[in-house]
Amino acid sequence: MRILYFAWVRERIGHAEEVVALPPDVTTVATLLDWLAAQSPSHSAALAERASLKVAVNQDYAGPDQPVRDSDEIAIFPPVTGGAP
Amino acid sequence: MIRIQAEDFDPGAALASLDQGPGVGALASFIGLVRRHGDQAEVVAITLEHYPGMTERALAALETEARRRFELSDCLIIHRIGRLALGERVVLVATTSPHRQAALDATAFLIDWLKTKAPFWKQEITADGSHWVAAKASDEAAAERW
Repeated sequence: MRILYFAWVRERIGHAEEVVALPPDVTTVATLLDWLAAQSPSHSAALAERASLKVAVNQDYAGPDQPVRDSDEIAIFPPVTGGAP
Repeated sequence: MIRIQAEDFDPGAALASLDQGPGVGALASFIGLVRRHGDQAEVVAITLEHYPGMTERALAALETEARRRFELSDCLIIHRIGRLALGERVVLVATTSPHRQAALDATAFLIDWLKTKAPFWKQEITADGSHWVAAKASDEAAAERW
């Protein structure tokens, strides 16, 4: 699975993307975040504020119960802040 | 029409590019600028990050939704990325319609929804360093009113 990180999530994790092999018990966005947070101290720090993170599966916003598969492109990022003041 | 670009845009040329056929009676536009007082005072520049692929899809979905809700003849969204200095143009939204209210409302709808739905992240740069701008409840409220 390809995972992309943006803004301060990217900075805290230390890289913009990574490819991971999912264990069988990771089947949803929520279980993916739990598993990722256990991968390293920087992952844990980046993913600690779960309520302030957004997740996209294949470039569409996804909730915690959405299924994920190895072939998916996942993105994890803070709430968006573009546009005008 | 959606454009995501690092370079500046010419507002006059951008507005002139919209469909202004004989049925069009109104052209409304909005331009957002980098301001000095953001989350912190004395901002000298911002950087805008985006998610190539998803950002284009999100803006295209916004255009589709605006065309579904309002009687539009044309619609243009330009959003810049990268480092932008104080006073620079960040974003342009423009619509044309047979009627003024549809053009004005669609423009306000697009800029409000863009703020909370399109994957862009803003970092403010001050003399002391940089920080990521936090999303605001007031922006969610502005998007919710539509």
